[in-house]
Amino acid sequence: MSAFANVVFGGIFHAAVLFLVAAGLQLVFGVQKIVNLACGSFYALGAYFGITLVNAALKAGLPPVLLLPILIVAGLLMAVVGPPIERLLRTVYGRDESFQLLLTFALVLMFQDVLRFIWGANPRSLGNEVLTYGKLSSGDFTVPVYNLLVIAAAIAAACLIGLFLRRTSYGRLLRATAENRAMAEALGVNVRAVYAVVFSLGTLLGTLGGALVVPTSAASLDMAIEFVIEAFAVVVIGGLGSMAGALIGALLVGLIRAVSLVVYPEFEILAIYLIVIGTLLIRPSGLFGKAAS
Amino acid sequence: MTQGPRLLLVAVGVVALGLVPTLAPPFYANLLIPFFAYAIALLGFNLLFGYGGLLSFGHAMYLGLGAYAAAIVAGVLGIRHFELVLLAAAFGAVAVALPIGFLCVRYSGIFFGMLTLAFGMLAHSFLFKFYHLTGGDSGMRVPRMRILGLEFDALNKIELLAGPFYYYCLALMLLAGFALWRIVHSPFGLHLRSLRDNPQKAEYLGVHVPQLRLLAYVISAVYGAIGGAILGFRIGLADPELVHWTHSGHLVFMTVLGGFSNFLGPVVGALTLTLLQDQLQSITQYWRFVLGAMLAAIVIFFPRGLAGIAADAGRRLVRRQQPQVAA
Repeated sequence: MSAFANVVFGGIFHAAVLFLVAAGLQLVFGVQKIVNLACGSFYALGAYFGITLVNAALKAGLPPVLLLPILIVAGLLMAVVGPPIERLLRTVYGRDESFQLLLTFALVLMFQDVLRFIWGANPRSLGNEVLTYGKLSSGDFTVPVYNLLVIAAAIAAACLIGLFLRRTSYGRLLRATAENRAMAEALGVNVRAVYAVVFSLGTLLGTLGGALVVPTSAASLDMAIEFVIEAFAVVVIGGLGSMAGALIGALLVGLIRAVSLVVYPEFEILAIYLIVIGTLLIRPSGLFGKAAS
Repeated sequence: MTQGPRLLLVAVGVVALGLVPTLAPPFYANLLIPFFAYAIALLGFNLLFGYGGLLSFGHAMYLGLGAYAAAIVAGVLGIRHFELVLLAAAFGAVAVALPIGFLCVRYSGIFFGMLTLAFGMLAHSFLFKFYHLTGGDSGMRVPRMRILGLEFDALNKIELLAGPFYYYCLALMLLAGFALWRIVHSPFGLHLRSLRDNPQKAEYLGVHVPQLRLLAYVISAVYGAIGGAILGFRIGLADPELVHWTHSGHLVFMTVLGGFSNFLGPVVGALTLTLLQDQLQSITQYWRFVLGAMLAAIVIFFPRGLAGIAADAGRRLVRRQQPQVAA
């Protein structure tokens, strides 16, 4: 039973991080209709910078209790790459979606070398900081408190995004633009500004996810291209452009991964893609998406 | 463009390529073998992308299929004839592409791209994880084979690659190019273009959209598998990285670099990227950044690729000369 709880909590932790990145992907796709392959690169960027900032802060004598706030700050800081990249993407807004996809692929290639240039080719990781907050255990069941805090942070982020989109007037503008760009523009919405905000927010969610995951696993150059595929699976299962879909999709992917790792390791990733393909074939709009084109 | 200059261009290109093994050190002939592989694969890929308007982001799967077919036929089964490997790769591609294509061609645009990406990664995780079947991340060995039934005992692997195998691949590329040229200019090719430009209208006029797309998908898969078999022979290994989605991205990159709206664009793209990547890798370890920046520039400023730039330049040249002729 407790072994099962371990697996479930591992899956939920993974799902929490996955949700953040996938939410960024959803936001950008929902409003801008761009599948941003570079969201995995933002995730990696957040992770590397998180390590650097935590090490610098600990060296400067800050107490380790500040681990979580420092990582959140690291994620927020790295979101500065969002606006210039949005400016670059602006050149292809009116163009065919394959070109938009390719431009984000170009970003993936460039980011990989930028990370290699700054942080080197070897994986980086933090020490034992993950146990700063101690751990909960009963019998065989143990979970670091840090993991629980990250899960809480992801839930908070989900609530904030929901409130922002549903309850604020700017959120309403975003949804209107997502629904019908031309009509929103005709009614006086500054679509350019909306796009810039949306993309920056999407970047922020990616870098934040990366920064938060880093005490539990190493940052490596491959994490960008691995993680974007998982985030992609999440949005396909949940439905492109849907926030509720990202949440459910992340939980599904996180739990399936965790469970199949224990039950039948060869099946780990395979199971996820099978579900992705099944979703695309049976219900291409995903669990929560609107009708597919 | 009229046929004359284009044919001349092709002839000059073929002669130049044919002279490489005799004039240049074996290193260059060896370097060009992946070019032949990618050129063949991309010619087929562009039938789907350039002519059919369907962007597959999982096409590296078929290159992997070709390489693994070589590993299984020549390595596991011990049938060391490259022609039989090619045949097996082609049949394997048809067998895999028919069901997958059947499921994928119902969608277009971003959904087609995502579905093919998912299938590609499905194949990748199968090859990567099922260690006892596929060798996992260390892949499967592709042994040396006879070509045209000849052993070439006297040559070592490098000499074989830079000599007979080089010409073999050149001939294979010409054959594949000629076949595709006929396909593109057949009624099937016309139909394919019509449903790229306006699927509703094409369907209304009686074009069977899904069947045609499926046929294009299967043909492009066969071309990919043939390219993959050549890659497998050259590297001597079939490994899962061949199937990874970033490799699919590179295939699209090469096609767009050369120009997907031109028949020869993918060949130009394959040649440029093969040579460029080799040069960049010898200069800097940050070659991916340069390639990425180049891809971004192509996408933003020259969406018709190198072939498009060349065609524009050619047209300008003709236009400048015309008044002089008239005068």
